[in-house]
Amino acid sequence: MAILVDKNTRVMTQGFTGAQGTFHASQGIAYGSTYVGGVTPGKGGTMHPTLNLPVFNTVAECKAATGADASVIYVPAPFAADSILEAIDAEIPLIICITEGIPVLDMVKVKRALEGSRSRLVGPNCPGVITPEACKIGIMPGHIHRRGSVGIVSRSGTLTYEAVAQTTAAGLGQSTCVGIGGDPVKGMDFIDVLELFLADEETKSIIMIGEIGGQSEVKAAEFLARENFAPGKPNKPVVGFIAGATAPPGRRMGHAGAVISGGKDTAAAKMAAMAEAGIMIADSPASLGSTMLRALGR
Amino acid sequence: MNIHEYQGKELLRRYGVAVLDGHLATTPEEAEAAARRLPGPVYVVKSQIHAGGRGAGRFTNDPNGKGGVRLARSPEEVKAEAAKMLGSVLVTKQTGPEGKQVSRLYIEAGCEIARELYLALLLDRDVGRIAIMASTEGGMEIEEVAERHPEKILRVHVDPATGVQGWHGRKLAFGLGLEGKQVQAFVGFVTALYRAYTELDCAIVEINPLVVTRAGEVVALDAKVSFDDNALFRHKDLEALRDESEMDPKELDAVRHDLNYVALDGEIGCMVNGAGLAMATMDIIKLYGSSPANFLDVGGTADAARVTEAFRIITSDPNVKAILVNIFGGIAKCDMIATGIVEASKNLSLSVPLVVRLEGTNVELGKKILAESGLAIIPADNLADAAQKAVAAVKKAA
Repeated sequence: MAILVDKNTRVMTQGFTGAQGTFHASQGIAYGSTYVGGVTPGKGGTMHPTLNLPVFNTVAECKAATGADASVIYVPAPFAADSILEAIDAEIPLIICITEGIPVLDMVKVKRALEGSRSRLVGPNCPGVITPEACKIGIMPGHIHRRGSVGIVSRSGTLTYEAVAQTTAAGLGQSTCVGIGGDPVKGMDFIDVLELFLADEETKSIIMIGEIGGQSEVKAAEFLARENFAPGKPNKPVVGFIAGATAPPGRRMGHAGAVISGGKDTAAAKMAAMAEAGIMIADSPASLGSTMLRALGR
Repeated sequence: MNIHEYQGKELLRRYGVAVLDGHLATTPEEAEAAARRLPGPVYVVKSQIHAGGRGAGRFTNDPNGKGGVRLARSPEEVKAEAAKMLGSVLVTKQTGPEGKQVSRLYIEAGCEIARELYLALLLDRDVGRIAIMASTEGGMEIEEVAERHPEKILRVHVDPATGVQGWHGRKLAFGLGLEGKQVQAFVGFVTALYRAYTELDCAIVEINPLVVTRAGEVVALDAKVSFDDNALFRHKDLEALRDESEMDPKELDAVRHDLNYVALDGEIGCMVNGAGLAMATMDIIKLYGSSPANFLDVGGTADAARVTEAFRIITSDPNVKAILVNIFGGIAKCDMIATGIVEASKNLSLSVPLVVRLEGTNVELGKKILAESGLAIIPADNLADAAQKAVAAVKKAA
């Protein structure tokens, strides 16, 4: 069953005829996912030069003509928020924004627009979403994945690949992998994805990978203590890792930034909160697979 | 991007934020002339460096003398203080023990202070909105207030759909115990500051202290302004405010080549794609008993030229005893990275061991390019193997 995307997902691309849009759509198609068309304003009515799929001027037109129910965005950062807002207006159920470097105040507006909308947003600044052997949306290397039982949710793109490679090597495979992205203001957060994993039968265990900064891992740990590790709840094994234990504090946002999160946003504080909730912490980013085997009692 | 106090105040003044009159000076003569353009009788001579705690800081050539912010009672006195401060190295809580050289002074009018408050605008990432944070404990470091008196920090969030409203300012003003005309002055201050924050794409605007004068005016005594680097493309004019002398030269070099680099004090130079994996690589180096010389994310669109620049910056650090390249290609392609490594090794004549771990997109092609190059590269099979080999190379060299 997996979450968010499967064989039936009809994918459209915003920034379709650009280099990134073209390359990653072709990779997604080669992986076996269903790509149905895309948007490049001004090129509506033409066919994509290499992919033999229709190009539209607007998201609404593309959705009406192709029945797209997921849109992936490769539009450059200055215009990416505009593209997300257009997809929200067109009521695309799942919007995945790969673009890196979107101004944070643009994302503050996007987050507001998502409230009460019919859309879910994954990202921005993320690798995308993949349900192995069914649907690949984003920039992750497809060949490292195997369909299996571990649900992976991560703030870091390349660390997600690390978790994938290790769970593949351990013979477990993945149900769905969701890169939620590293930006301070984003769409789906850990809890939103964890909720879906807990309800998904195919997902037997979960790996969550966080980073220093913010409170979302701590909130996710509290959520799991309540909704997973309690009597009568699913009790799926969860393995966690937080990157940045050795990062010098305060380099990016300064001191007032640390204050607003109540000082609980270091790697040590997050790992402690996660361990207390019942999550098994991997002591090294190289032991995500072996820690999961241990959590499963193998 | 951070800017100096005088630059921040100049920007805020354009938005109607109340700041005191002041002028920049880079010589004692300019300082005196600046003072003559102010009303007097009190002048404040302020060191312009990108670090807080200037008032309590001390100069290395006068450790028992006055701090980095000094009062003067005449233009002549301003000149004399300026002569002592300019060119000297100021050490504050935030500069580290090496301190920062003062080459600019801001000469500001004095004012009669009735109360010192704290006010800041910044992103609250957990809410996804701009927070306006205020406290009665002005002049203190806000981390200390947060630790000792969290109840003394007030905050309100702004809905981006409506922007700042009168109630935001009123709620904080009454919470701070302001009264009468002060309330309206504070509301006006907050409103102007929010406009500046959003129109300039700021990351933080911190006013500490915000003072209430004896006359009941609300004025910024200090201003710390920094910008969202991702939004600088729509503020070309702000680029001119960058003070390159305030940055680590290696970090400045990295910014120019679009690399995300942070200098650290360890011995293994790291080149990684993705910020999370870059941090995790630092973590695992530490776990195996060494320490990273830097954080470097080459990004997803790394090509040979960028990889060469990354190597040049890493090897310009004399502490680097080994280099660890850790690439898990998704959007980045291993063959591009490998080509970059080969070119960089030829151009830079690397003298330290180089451990390379490649995985992901086009990995076989990348490994082939490295193998055929004939370079003395130590290949690694996975993350743990790579870190162990890099640490072993450092230990062997020692």
